[in-house]
Amino acid sequence: MLESLKEFAGHFFVTGEPLIYMSDVAIVVVSLAIVFTLTYLKKWKWLWKEWLTTVDHKKIGIMYLISALLMLFRGGVDALLMRTQLALPNLHFLDPQHYNEIFTTHGTIMILFMAMPFLFALFNIVVPLQIGARDVAFPYLNAISFWLFFFGALLFNLSFVIGGSPDAGWVSYPPLTELATDPGPGENFYLLSLQISGIGSIATGINFIVTILKMRAPGMTLMKMPLFSWSVLASCIIIVFAFPALTVALALLMFDRLFGTHFFTMLHGGNPMMYINLFWVWGHPEVYIAVLPAFGVISEVVATFSRKSVFGYKSMVAALMVITVINYLVWAHHFFTMGASAGVNAYFAVATMLVGIPTGVKVFNWLFTMFRGRIRLTLPMLWAIAFIPCFAIGGATGVMLAAAPADYQYHNSFFLIAHFHQTLIGGVVFGLLAGLYYWWPKMFGFILDERLGKWAFWFFNIGFYVCFMPMYALGFMGMTRRVYTYPAETGWTGLNFVSTIGAYLMGIGFLLIVAQVLYSIKYGKRDVTGDPWDGRTLEWALPSPVPHYNFARIPEVSELDAWWHMKQNGETLAAQNKKAPLEPIHMPKNTGRPFIMGVFFFIAGFGFVFNWFWMGAIGLIGVVITLIARSQERDTEYEIPAEEIRRTESALGRL
Amino acid sequence: MKSRWWKGLILGAFSLFALTGCSEKYPVLHPVGPVGEQELFLIKFSTLLAAIVVIPVIALLIFIVYRYRDKPDNQAPYQPEWSESKTLEFVWWAIPILIIGILGAVTAKQTFALTHPPKNSGEPLTIQVTSLDWKWVFMYPDQHIATVNYAEIPAGRPIQFVLTADAPMNSFWVPALGGQEYAMPGMAMRLWLQADKTGTFEGKGANFTGKGFAHMTFDVKSVNESDFNKWVADVKKSAPALTKDGYKELRKPSVMGKKSFSSYPKDLFMDTVMKNGGKYMNNHWMMMDQQEKQMDHHDH
Repeated sequence: MLESLKEFAGHFFVTGEPLIYMSDVAIVVVSLAIVFTLTYLKKWKWLWKEWLTTVDHKKIGIMYLISALLMLFRGGVDALLMRTQLALPNLHFLDPQHYNEIFTTHGTIMILFMAMPFLFALFNIVVPLQIGARDVAFPYLNAISFWLFFFGALLFNLSFVIGGSPDAGWVSYPPLTELATDPGPGENFYLLSLQISGIGSIATGINFIVTILKMRAPGMTLMKMPLFSWSVLASCIIIVFAFPALTVALALLMFDRLFGTHFFTMLHGGNPMMYINLFWVWGHPEVYIAVLPAFGVISEVVATFSRKSVFGYKSMVAALMVITVINYLVWAHHFFTMGASAGVNAYFAVATMLVGIPTGVKVFNWLFTMFRGRIRLTLPMLWAIAFIPCFAIGGATGVMLAAAPADYQYHNSFFLIAHFHQTLIGGVVFGLLAGLYYWWPKMFGFILDERLGKWAFWFFNIGFYVCFMPMYALGFMGMTRRVYTYPAETGWTGLNFVSTIGAYLMGIGFLLIVAQVLYSIKYGKRDVTGDPWDGRTLEWALPSPVPHYNFARIPEVSELDAWWHMKQNGETLAAQNKKAPLEPIHMPKNTGRPFIMGVFFFIAGFGFVFNWFWMGAIGLIGVVITLIARSQERDTEYEIPAEEIRRTESALGRL
Repeated sequence: MKSRWWKGLILGAFSLFALTGCSEKYPVLHPVGPVGEQELFLIKFSTLLAAIVVIPVIALLIFIVYRYRDKPDNQAPYQPEWSESKTLEFVWWAIPILIIGILGAVTAKQTFALTHPPKNSGEPLTIQVTSLDWKWVFMYPDQHIATVNYAEIPAGRPIQFVLTADAPMNSFWVPALGGQEYAMPGMAMRLWLQADKTGTFEGKGANFTGKGFAHMTFDVKSVNESDFNKWVADVKKSAPALTKDGYKELRKPSVMGKKSFSSYPKDLFMDTVMKNGGKYMNNHWMMMDQQEKQMDHHDH
């Protein structure tokens, strides 16, 4: 009995790595510390009532943000481990298996568990405020989306200490990921956690499309809607059309692994190319899901800090929509070298290059938004300015990669690695950080410290170029991605070493951002006006942080940059509120069910990972029960009395 | 702002220095055959076109941020409502359209060109390549010899590599000769390459295949025709034969050095393709080519 238990534990827990034992200890210590602190401060009830059961878009946004920053830390540590291993030839810091697991989790986490929740954080916090709404269209569904993401991410991260991490790259191509060559639960963790959080992402996509189309303030026609909200609309349209392809790809590969089907094996009529197509039918649009909202952030930030209307608004909207369409038609450029005919390759090459046209237009429009403006170099603006050259170079190397015959030489090389990090960091991360600094006061009521923020900015930026520019050259030297080491004769040592230094500089940049947040919680300048940047859009009309019903009275909008024009005409929200007596507001009630549903999804996922079908069944039954319980529920709203709103608004100086 | 541009300059200078340094270190930029040369042309051409947009954008950014910075004594014009200009917007819709149009046309032309053997060269030689965990097997159907982890080729003749995998898919890449193509189970895919100079060039598996992936390198040794024939004769005379059991051994996951075989089981390559699901795939072109070639031989 004891023996068999011991053997089970030996497989169940990941063993044999000092790094992992250290993490085990850290995880236990941190968990105990959290439990202790919550108990000591008697905060369990607060945690449950204020956060775990909330359906408030702003709080959900903040939970997304915290998760994203934690995952940025995890993904960043993965990156530093890899760069350490590659700093010099023939290092034995990581063995190949460990290295393979780390590059897999790095990619998966950064795209799906860092970039996506970071985006959703901004969607949630900003969009309803910007379009003058009280919440998203489906607050309950919104909470479900978050908890599915959360438990998906938890399941994925658990693989680190239980069962073993996936080790076949974030793309998880069969036939390598079929049972024959990759047994063990690692890949199952990948498939199930992505599946669970993917359901949440699709729901978020639907939620925000409906919110933006149906819940804009009176007078805000689509062509008077701020560009960030436009970019979220574009991104969500892509989510709704692209994510189902991922769902199918993951489900079929899971069938192959759990039930012995042959969708993607070569035997019995299966074909791995089907997976590769499905994956990139989602995977390429995913890039635009991530980068379009970053474009939206840049449009807002550049206009605000140049004190000028955004240049070429109509072109900007048109460019967003053109990208929303073209991005579906380019996926095969991820595998020009997989035997497609010249006709197919030529089509996908040219289609890919077409994306460069609307993107180029956007860059020029940002430049001319600044032109004849008054540029304030605040932290959000610094990140926006850093975004432009970085993304322009990343876009240019993207066009170079699109030239199919040239791609035969770039494919799978470090040139490619440099390119997509430049678009994903220089584009998405710089954009999201600009957005984070920009909307931080709106979320928390204080401004992040400028001085520490500038240090972080320079470390991260310089680190970025030091880390990734050498990789373009390494690509020309023939260095392929995903090698855990290389011999000295290759001559790759110098550039790899430089690149590693850059990675550590970026790591310091990240730590400085953490320090900046901690410092600013105590010492940051408080935002008492609600409009610290002299903003242009409706969210800046509200106090910071925003009361949970957002607008006491939904404002009427007559122009683009509604708040800017209100200020120009000497109007205030207080004046708007005084026009007529305030009315009671209907708000959705808090509910613990989305959280419980997430727990059941987690149980189901964990069961299927280990082929414990009984456990999978229990989890799925739990999911169905929560769904039925929800459909039986009638009393889901409550009313905030007018008197309470009046009191809150006067206290905030809005009445 | 300044120090970042400084950094860019230093890095730019550094990479220029590195790029002009040593040709063997940068095989992609110093190809030794027509395929790699054509690809390099496109790399340079697209870099140039991209630079036409990117450099002015960066220059404009520096100028604008400097000139319109928010300083009390800044005399530059300030026009907060100026947000539209049909002419300007026409210009920057037109510039990228023009550039993409040119690059697209050149790319399409080259994509088709590379599916044919290089022009004005000698008689093509076929080498069948099988990717295993974690090694490369080369079979010479016309010479009936086989090698592991190295291939000798005659300089100046187009080489038709026919690729498959008997393991998770990989990608066959010899940067000095030209771009890569995947080796996939159940498929036979064609890649034309040619070396115009003699020398030894490193090849590698470029697509991740698990634990031994990093060690899946091989040498392509380009020699002149007579040395090639001599090498074939040597291998035939002195190397052991590759048997079916021997191939089964090779198939087992492992990392190994170079090997040579004086013969191999007939049809081993096509059997491998078929066994891995090739019967479901459209590998007709290959069969046709094989037949055509045999007929050509009969004609001679």
